[in-house]
This record gives sequence, C-alpha cells and structure tokens, in this order.
Amino acid sequence: MQDSEHHQESFWRKYIFSTDHKVIGIQYGITALVFLFLGFSLMMIMRWQLAYPDTAIPFLGSLIKWLASVNGYASDGNLPADLYNAFGAMHGTIMIFLGVVPLIVGAFGNYLVPLQIGAPDMAFPKLNMASYWVYFIGGFVMFFSFFLPGGAANSGWTSYPPLSDIATIGQTYWLIGMIFLITSSLLGSMNIIVTIIQLRAEGMTWMRLPFFIWSQLVTSFLLVLAFPPLEAAGIFQLMDRVFGTSFFLPTGLVVGGEALDVSGGGSPLLWQHLFWFLAHPEVYVLILPGMGVIAEVITNNTRKPIWGYKSLVYSVIFLGFMSFLVWAHHMFLTGMGQGMSAFFQTTTMIISVPSVIILSCFMLSLWGGSIRFNTPMLFALGWIPMFGIGGLTGLPLGLSTPDIHLHDTYYVIGHFHYVVAPGTIFALFSGIYYWFPKISGKILDERLGKIHFYFSFIFMNGIFFPMFIQGLAGVSRRLADGGASYAHAQGVLQYNEFMSYSSWLLAIAQIPFIINLIKTIIQKTPDDPDPNPWNATTVEWTDTTSPPLGHGNFEKAPKIYRGPYEYSVPGDSKDFTPQTQN
Amino acid sequence: MEIPYNEELREDTGLYNAKLGIWLFLASEVMLFGGLFSAYILLRTGAPIWPPIGEHGSIVHLLKDTIPHATFNTVVLILSSVTMVMSWVALKQKNISKFKIYLGTTLVCAFIFLIVKYFEYSHKIHEGFVPAHDTYMALYFTMTGLHVLHIIGGIIVLAYLWGPGIKMWNSEPVRFTNRIEVAGLYWHFVDLVWIFLFPVLYLLN
Repeated sequence: MQDSEHHQESFWRKYIFSTDHKVIGIQYGITALVFLFLGFSLMMIMRWQLAYPDTAIPFLGSLIKWLASVNGYASDGNLPADLYNAFGAMHGTIMIFLGVVPLIVGAFGNYLVPLQIGAPDMAFPKLNMASYWVYFIGGFVMFFSFFLPGGAANSGWTSYPPLSDIATIGQTYWLIGMIFLITSSLLGSMNIIVTIIQLRAEGMTWMRLPFFIWSQLVTSFLLVLAFPPLEAAGIFQLMDRVFGTSFFLPTGLVVGGEALDVSGGGSPLLWQHLFWFLAHPEVYVLILPGMGVIAEVITNNTRKPIWGYKSLVYSVIFLGFMSFLVWAHHMFLTGMGQGMSAFFQTTTMIISVPSVIILSCFMLSLWGGSIRFNTPMLFALGWIPMFGIGGLTGLPLGLSTPDIHLHDTYYVIGHFHYVVAPGTIFALFSGIYYWFPKISGKILDERLGKIHFYFSFIFMNGIFFPMFIQGLAGVSRRLADGGASYAHAQGVLQYNEFMSYSSWLLAIAQIPFIINLIKTIIQKTPDDPDPNPWNATTVEWTDTTSPPLGHGNFEKAPKIYRGPYEYSVPGDSKDFTPQTQN
Repeated sequence: MEIPYNEELREDTGLYNAKLGIWLFLASEVMLFGGLFSAYILLRTGAPIWPPIGEHGSIVHLLKDTIPHATFNTVVLILSSVTMVMSWVALKQKNISKFKIYLGTTLVCAFIFLIVKYFEYSHKIHEGFVPAHDTYMALYFTMTGLHVLHIIGGIIVLAYLWGPGIKMWNSEPVRFTNRIEVAGLYWHFVDLVWIFLFPVLYLLN
C-alpha cells in the first residue's frame, strides 16, 4: 500500500511536475508539436476557403458549422469570413508563440543547453518547471478563446488597434494568454542565460562553446529584453478594452458611422512601435537557434570543423544587437516620416550582412567534407537554400520604396514563411532526427525520414513560391476569398488551388514522420544503446552514459580540453576528437 | 544532485546564480517600464494640452493637492530601501534580531505606501478622474498601478522571508543571506521606479 503510494507520487514528480531539464524539454516538445499541428490545421482549412471560396469544406464541414454556431456566425459548412479572420490571427499566434519558439527554445534549449556545456541541470530547476506550466496555461487560454462568442482573436497576429481595441471578446483572451506566454518566455530565457554563464563545465571557455549554445544565449537575451515592451503594450490594450482608456484610440474615431464614446488622444502608432520592438527581435528568436542546430548537424556530417567558428559567433552577437534597431521597417507605410524610413532601411541593410556571413560559413563548411547524407543532414542541406530564398526576398521589403508596392501582399507572406517554415521548421526536423538517439537510445528510421524530407521539401516550395508571384501582382494578404473579389488579382488566381493542394499534401508528407516517431518509440531499446551513434565531438554525446539519462546528466563532471568541432584532426586515430579528450 | 554556485561564487564571473538571475530579471523590468515611459513621452508630445482636459476638466489642481502625499510616499519608500540594506548588513553581522527589526520596518513602510496610495486613488476616482477620463489619467493609473503590483509582489516575498522563510537561516545561512540580497536588489529597483514616476506624473505638469 505504502509502496504503491510512493510510486504514484514519484510518477507525478518524475513526469508531470518534474524539475529535470530533460523531462521539461520533452514536455515542451510534445506540447509545442501539438500546437504546431493545430496551427497547421487552421491553415489547411483556410486554404480550402482560398481555393474554393464559400463552398462547404469536405470532412470538417460539420465541425466548422458547429464552431461557427458557437461563435455566433452563419455557416453551411463553409468558412465564414469572420472565422477566417480569427483562424488567420490564431494561425500566426499559435505557430510563433505556442509552436516554434517553445519547441526551439523551450524544448531544444532546455534539453541540450545543460548537456552541451556539461552541467547537471539548469541553474533554476523549479523556475524551469514554472516556465513550462505558465506556457501551458497561456496555451490553454488561447485554445479556449476559440469557443467564445465572436470567436478567437481576429485582428491579425499583430493585433493592430484601433481594430483590436473594439474587436470581440476573443481579443481580451488573446492579451491575457500573451501575458502568460511572455512570462513563461522570460522565466525560461533568464534560466538559459544564467545556466550558460554560470554552469559551464571546467575548461568550457567561451570560444569552446558549441555554436548552438551561442545561438541560444543570444536568443535568450533577445527574449529577456524585447518581450517586456510587448507586455507593456498588452497591458495598455487590456486597459483600453477593459477600462475604456484611449491609449491607442485617436480623437474623433468613427466606428460604424458613429463617433466612439472614448476620451481619445491616443495613438495607434504607439502599439505598432511597441509591438514591432518585440516582434522584429522575435524573428531572430525564431531563426537563430535554428542556425545553431544547422551548425551542429553540418559540422558533424561533413566530418570537418565548421568553417569560420569565430565569425559565426561574432555575427550572431552582432545580429542580436542589430535586431533591436530595425523594428520600424515594418512601418514604412504608416507615415512616420522619411527620416525614420531612411534610418531603418539602412539598419535593415546592415543586419543582412551578418546573416549572409552565417549562411556563407555553412556553405563553405561543405567544401571538401566527407558528407554523410543522412536525414538530419538532408534537412540541414535543404535549410540552406530555403533560408537563402527567405533572406534574399526580404531585401526589397527592407527598402522603403519597393515596400510601398509589396507591403501587406502575399509577397510578405512568402518571404517570412520561407524563413520560418522551410527555414526554422526544417532546422527543427533536422534537430529532432539528430538528437532523437540521445533521448531514446534509438535512431529514427532513415528510409521514412528521407521520404519525409523529400516530400516536405517539394510541397513547402509548392505552397510558398507562388505567393511571391501573387504578391508581386498586388494580392493583399487579408482577403478571405483569396483575391476573387479583387480585379488586379484575376491573372494570378489560378495559383490558389495549386498552393492549397500543396499544403494538404504537405500534411500527408508528415505522416511518415509521425509513423517513424511512434514506430521507433515502441521499438525495443537495445540493452546497451550506443551513446554516440553519430561519432560527434560535443559533450552531450561523448560524456554521458547510454540513454535514458538520469537526473544529473553526468556520472562525473566533464572537463573540457578543446574546441567543439575537432573532426578529422591529423594524427588522431579516429576522425573525431571529443571535447573532453585530453 | 547539487546545482553548483547556488551559494558560492563562481570564480570567473564572481557571481552566484541567483544574483545573475535577478539582474537579468531587472533588465527585463527596465524594458517593461521603459515601454511605459516611452508611451508617456509619445502620448504627451502628441497632446495639445497636458494633462488633457476631459469631461471633468483638468486634473492639474487636484494633482497639486496630492503632491504632499506623493512626497511623503517617496520618503517612505527611500526609508524602506535603507532599512532593506540594513537588514542585509545585520545578517552579514549574524545578528538575526536586528535583521528582524529592519526587515520589519521595510514591510511597515511598504504598507504605509499602499495605504497612502489607496487614499490617493479613491480621491481621484471619487472626483470622476477614472482611467478612461483622459490619456494622462490612463497613464497615471497604468504606471502607478503596475508599480503598486510590484510593491505587493515585493511585500509577499519579503513577508515570506521575514516569517516562515527565516527557517533557512539555521540550515543554510549563506543562502539565506543571498536571498535577502537578491530580494533587496528587487526592492531597490521598485523604489527607483517610483523615483522616476514621482516627478514624471506629479511634478512635470
């Protein structure tokens, strides 16, 4: 009796309210993958509406009809425009704040940072647990808001006022959810910074840190410093909505033909400044840890040191710094003035330099390597040109003149999705395939992995490339009918169907991945799994015993003698020299 | 399993973990209040008259009356910061009864601040100057309200350390002293925010 009670308690402490960074990392990972799937599903429904406006949705029609009736909209199984708006806003919110960031910082950061620097755990394990549960509550609030009258937040993921100030109740829930998510990010990122600075193993000097650690460090600083202004903005908007203040409502605002009964005197631009002061660094929060993953995978699978380690490190620090000085390039069309535009387009051009350095270092790393084309490496190799397209298409947007034409068109959507979808998400897949053996002791199936990669690669491009063409033709990103009602869009409308099919096929292309995960997890773990199947040099592979790892990670604290990527060192018998080898 | 540098200082950084943690937290707090002050600047420079005139006229004369209260509160908060440091020094001298008195004084000061604030708020609301009255009032209530929330958070932490949390002094005295130092850093920050809020909201009108 006593025994079973004890067992019960240890289950809760071990898997639910755990303070072990590895368990918390996995909790983050699973929750974030669920939210990624939810965000993707919203988009697949929206793509039906874009391809076949106002027709009933197959399979999910009755569900949408039910949701619309809960929200108070009319639907015959089609997606009403109001619901389309809510889905669009929540797709962005869920993907960024509940999917990608928790996955790449919460899951990868939590799991790998202590392991790679040779620490027994994060610096503040209880805070770490709190950060996951605060994230969970924030996610729940966001999810719950779908079932409110008027539906979830429907003013875009950017929540621009005055629209968002007068929007339905879902927007209030969005703000409350965001405050939880911001708090969670702050706790998590402070923890990562303290861990990296304070808990590095003996001999792990700054220039011996794996590049992944550098990217996590810079990212965490961005989160600590950029999120609070959005929190301030969120509080203002909450005040506007709950207490009737006018932070973002100008004097004499007319809504529906009637003057709004508020004091006025506020400024909608204030929101935009505070929002983008977060949201531009947020873009780098999305991509920098991805670059960290790519660096690890590329150097491991080319069997040679990464090209230009120091320039990578300095570039990533410079990127982090500059990302605070470019926010208003999202606001060229707000009439903020030419002087401001000139300043921000200049800083935007400057920030592209370190990104290009990083990309070049990865490409040059391939030169002369003995490349192993396994699944993690394929995703990493796919990442390079995809991120390249995403980055290069951003340049016209960063210049204030071409932005006049391109602003708020599908070109913008194409641009940032190339950075985040085949960019960051490919890096995430690469990382999952690469570090899965560390978590489970089993390598994911290579054949299914390759199927997953090739089809994802094709369909990602199928979705996002035509968006550039539509955007250049001037199709606005906000149209709920995909441009059918917009005269200038008629010539490029035929791409809608193609993109929609690509998105559904992309969903099918994820099935091998899911099967692969389940199949490998239920497979019997070998009695003595290889702790270092990729022959890597960094501490998480070389100094841990076979997975699963116990609480405390290392049997004895590792000592570091060399840099992170000493592959194919002349004179060594093996083609990899672990960091801990004297 | 023991996390290193919880108590002792790491040689190359000269810090224990919580001290670095609290400085990072304070950095994020600076950005939060920085956002609030930026909003103040933007809305004020965009307003034709400051404070704006609303339904119940202008808050200016009412504010003049409350300047003595706010000045009193400023003195109270500075005093609380001083006794906060004294309580830490008392711990360094291993004098737990003196520590109790000083930290107790800090808590009393914090409560006095809240009581004065309560009368200020209710007076303004009674006269019709609610947050929705004009952008000055909106900023006033948001900024001071957020500051009050920080005071309340501080009271909770300090009261815990003054009450049940003091047990740690017997088991891990160094760690307890560190906790007081970290809580003190936070308390000084909250004090400092008020030092900015006071002239910006009460005097510069």
